[in-house]
Amino acid sequence: MSDLADLYQQVILDHNKRPRNRGRLPTANRVAHGDNPTCGDQCNVYLRLDGDRIAEISFDGSGCAISQASASLMTTQLKGRTAAEAAKLYESFHHIVTTGQAPDEISDLAAFAGVHAFPARIKCATLGWHAALNALKGDAAAATTETHND
Amino acid sequence: MPSWSNVRADFPALNQNVGGKPLVYLDNAATTQRPQAVIDALDRFYRHDNANVHRGLHALSMRATDAYEGARARVAKFLNAAAPEEIVFTRGTTESINLVAGSWATANLRPGDAILLTEAEHHSNLVPWQLAAKRTGASLRFVPVLGDEGRLDLAALDRLLTKEVKLFAFTHVSNTLGTINPAAELCAKARKVGAISVVDAAQSVGHLPLDVRALGCDFLAFSGHKRGGPTGIGGLYGRRELLDAMPPWQGGGGMINHVDWQESRWKPSPERHEAGTPNIADAIALGAACDYLDALGRDKIAAHDRELAELAYERLSRLPGIRLLGPARGRSSLVSFAFSDIHAHDIVTFADEDGVALRGGHHCNQPLMRKLGLTGTTRASFYVYNTAQEIEVLAASLERILRFFR
Repeated sequence: MSDLADLYQQVILDHNKRPRNRGRLPTANRVAHGDNPTCGDQCNVYLRLDGDRIAEISFDGSGCAISQASASLMTTQLKGRTAAEAAKLYESFHHIVTTGQAPDEISDLAAFAGVHAFPARIKCATLGWHAALNALKGDAAAATTETHND
Repeated sequence: MPSWSNVRADFPALNQNVGGKPLVYLDNAATTQRPQAVIDALDRFYRHDNANVHRGLHALSMRATDAYEGARARVAKFLNAAAPEEIVFTRGTTESINLVAGSWATANLRPGDAILLTEAEHHSNLVPWQLAAKRTGASLRFVPVLGDEGRLDLAALDRLLTKEVKLFAFTHVSNTLGTINPAAELCAKARKVGAISVVDAAQSVGHLPLDVRALGCDFLAFSGHKRGGPTGIGGLYGRRELLDAMPPWQGGGGMINHVDWQESRWKPSPERHEAGTPNIADAIALGAACDYLDALGRDKIAAHDRELAELAYERLSRLPGIRLLGPARGRSSLVSFAFSDIHAHDIVTFADEDGVALRGGHHCNQPLMRKLGLTGTTRASFYVYNTAQEIEVLAASLERILRFFR
């Protein structure tokens, strides 16, 4: 049960129950779709880019608590960041979910450290991020976790 | 000789703890566990009789050939086929359906023809027909399933089953809904319009008593591993005149009578459809699985499965907010369910912590999931070794999950 309690942290349950920035963004100028064919999880990420900066961000889709909470938490972390900052943050996040080790300066995303004990769920946690990074690149094609392995 | 009282002891993999709790294995619709008799058959073959089959003139090859062809006869008897030659060994249900789609459909379908399927087909009984339709110019039609109960719309079937339909492929038992389709009636309707019938028996063989001649089917595809046999072996039953008239779907050794530079002549079925060295050991072990199941009695297996599935349906229906698929009574050996507020994969992860092995997702039924407005379901599926007590463990685990997420 301790691994599970680590996986389903209160922060994750909270974001799953009450997702932040959920729904289509009418002012979006970038959209990308993420898709996890094995699970059937889906996630759209909507961005309004102001120059290189994410002025607004939202998501919608369906999936497990991990994928939905991760996308929700991600939107709160990416708002106001540049594409380069977002890519760097994803690197940290990826490190957290694959190793369980969180650097001190990253507190909120550390809630996902428990994912590393469930390798099959890593792609749930990264689904929204893949879509967001694709949206930033202007690549509207579906981000699928099967080809972006994790 | 196996008996119900020690049936669990026949399956060594059941005797283990998962996360400190006794394993409750409820993922049998994906694959069952194997009885010791099947493991022994594999072991015996590799230790004593291992050689390639056919054309061999030494002792081991002759023994291997006898055992392999004996397994074919055993499987034929298991399905009450008219002759062993009506059984083609394949990797399983998927390959069997691809064989019919690649060979029979390619040779016989023309633009204007129709392939009739149902909305409840596993991707393995849908995608091969999409490929065949593309190759031949035939179209696809689908018999609707009715609501969450998942019974076929037989009135719509009568409208759809016109003379353009040359082939009707349908699942005997739905792997997602647990519905048992009236296979004999469907085969008879197909025959009436001159269509070939293909039964996907992945979920019914080894669960229900199955008699291909009583069903009146033209083809029946099955797997070994969903009823105690090894993975990587299954078969296609086909009426002999159909199999013998079909062109080969793969070329290679073992399937030819005469080979020249420009062309070759084929053997009759089943060799024609088994190019290359077959899966000898697993076929022999599949024969052992047939022996094991028949000793238990397939009518008794069917009654046991149905009892557990109905008990599970009734017990789980008391969980608040549960949406159960398939009929309450007369269902096959699985229950499939969803909660609007808790995703199947979260349920499966939690249940695993209680030692309960479930499956969550679309179950290779994506179009049906979309029709039902679901992204996936959680499925518990049963076999000969499962008990009423394990259903109580499942229910308790689900109750804990509901408390955690709500």
